[in-house]
Amino acid sequence: MNKDKVLQLLEENARYSYEEMGVMLGIPADEVEKIVAQLEKEGIIRGYKVIVDRDKLKENVVSAIIELKVTPKRDLGFDEIAEKITQYPEVEDLYLMSGGYDLALLISCETFKDIAMFVAQRLATLDSVLSTATHFVLCRYKEKGLDVHFSQTDERRNVWY
Amino acid sequence: MDYSKILSDRVQEIKPSGIRKYFDIANSMEDVIALGVGEPDFKTPWIVRAAAIDTLEKGKTSYTSNSGLELLRKAIAHYLSSKFGVEYDPEKEVVVTVGGSEGIDICIRALLNPGDEVLIVEPCYVAYAPIIELTGGKVVPIPTKAENHFRLTPEELRAHITDKTKLLILPYPNNPTGGVMRREHLEAIAEVLRDTDIMVLSDEIYAELTYNGRHVSFAAIPGMKERTILVNGFSKAFSMTGWRLGYACGPAPVIAQMTKIHQFAIMCAPTTSQHAAVEALRRCEENIQSMVQEYDRRRRYIVDGFNKLGLDCFEPEGAFYIFPSIQSTGMTSDEFCEKLLYSKRVAVVPGTAFGASGEGFVRVSYSYSIKHIQEALRRIGEFLQELRG
Ligand SMILES: Cc1ncc(COP(=O)(O)O)c(C=O)c1O
Repeated sequence: MNKDKVLQLLEENARYSYEEMGVMLGIPADEVEKIVAQLEKEGIIRGYKVIVDRDKLKENVVSAIIELKVTPKRDLGFDEIAEKITQYPEVEDLYLMSGGYDLALLISCETFKDIAMFVAQRLATLDSVLSTATHFVLCRYKEKGLDVHFSQTDERRNVWY
Repeated sequence: MDYSKILSDRVQEIKPSGIRKYFDIANSMEDVIALGVGEPDFKTPWIVRAAAIDTLEKGKTSYTSNSGLELLRKAIAHYLSSKFGVEYDPEKEVVVTVGGSEGIDICIRALLNPGDEVLIVEPCYVAYAPIIELTGGKVVPIPTKAENHFRLTPEELRAHITDKTKLLILPYPNNPTGGVMRREHLEAIAEVLRDTDIMVLSDEIYAELTYNGRHVSFAAIPGMKERTILVNGFSKAFSMTGWRLGYACGPAPVIAQMTKIHQFAIMCAPTTSQHAAVEALRRCEENIQSMVQEYDRRRRYIVDGFNKLGLDCFEPEGAFYIFPSIQSTGMTSDEFCEKLLYSKRVAVVPGTAFGASGEGFVRVSYSYSIKHIQEALRRIGEFLQELRG
């Protein structure tokens, strides 16, 4: 299916032009454009963002994964609190989990203190939150399927036949 | 001591590979965008590596039988039968070798008497001619043409056959041109050979890397199996170059003699690699398909890129090379490669490294990421612009 192939290419590099994708897949560029428009319309493609190696930037950034135990609300389950947490711009990812806790979120701020404040003021105060556990990120190795730490070198230097 | 008087004349007469020069220059430079290598950029699939580790942990580190693990020979026979419809008896018609390279070597050595003529389709892989010469055979190149997508035509073949012709080396999908022979092309070749005693070494190492359709083995053409030595291996299809594993299949009397050479020169192919290869044949179909899909994208991308730059390129349907013409620049292949390397630090290989008929062409490997290819195309574009002023 061309739809899957276009998606696969975009997931690899969302900056490929319609023309480039068309060439790689052997279909006309305007056909690719139509497929992408359709994927966007159907909400299958939700957006395009950049993957930044924050460690390379001079600015400070601290990230943490926070586990939350919460009391689900009658009828609404976990959606009500999830919707609230989704609104905070510091929260990058939010998931409902199976296992020992309920919600997991990934958050990034400038300092450790910012994260502590966020947990204390924004999360712990939500009335359905029972407990929180904060795990700070020490090093980023891989993000969104990309190796952001080790740079792989091409070792194929010896034979050119 | 004057070693040139001591060393074998035949060995000393072998010309060093034409690739070496660029290779040395490129490897001494910084920031080179190489498009030179002839091996996959993918790692060997993890399950294959894991299988190898497992056998090492279990201590399976002794020699195997000379012709290779029985399990592997059976897996090879099954693979060739289900993929290409050719049937071989794993007992008598298969030998596991140290890469396709050894298969080529022992096939030529087992067949040739001094003075026998071997037809080689040029441009082609660099290993055939030296081995033929070492064996005392005579290399008879058959130049092929870009307008035929570098396929061997029956007329070209017929024109080079003499009563000394012992062997034809048929290397498709082709390194360096990327050309393939479809069933009808192979049938036309078979027609010429049918009433002769000419043997065929069919180097099908790139069989899995065939685009726009499936590879057809020469041994699958009616009547050809009895004269064909099929050479294949794990390097390209399974991204296993460093494991040094391949195989040759053919008529039992030929394989028996080849195995005799193998037994004395090699003993057996690397044991760990043989165990890993069983796993590769059994469980890697999906890995192959996703690698082929990725090569295919790069292939379309780079062919389009070269054509847009004005370096005409027919659509290569196999392996991972394109063979664009650089005649429009007025330079020889050698000049083009040298200038491009010094001025833009892009390394490609002159077509002449693969035979005289490669003049006017360069071999460009697309066994690199799209990002790498994009940068190479950008630099080559600049180079051409500066040339054209
Ligand atoms: C056409 C052809 N045949 C055979 C080989 C030998 O490969 P291996 O010995 O790794 O199987 C190569 C390697 O580049 C090749 O290009």
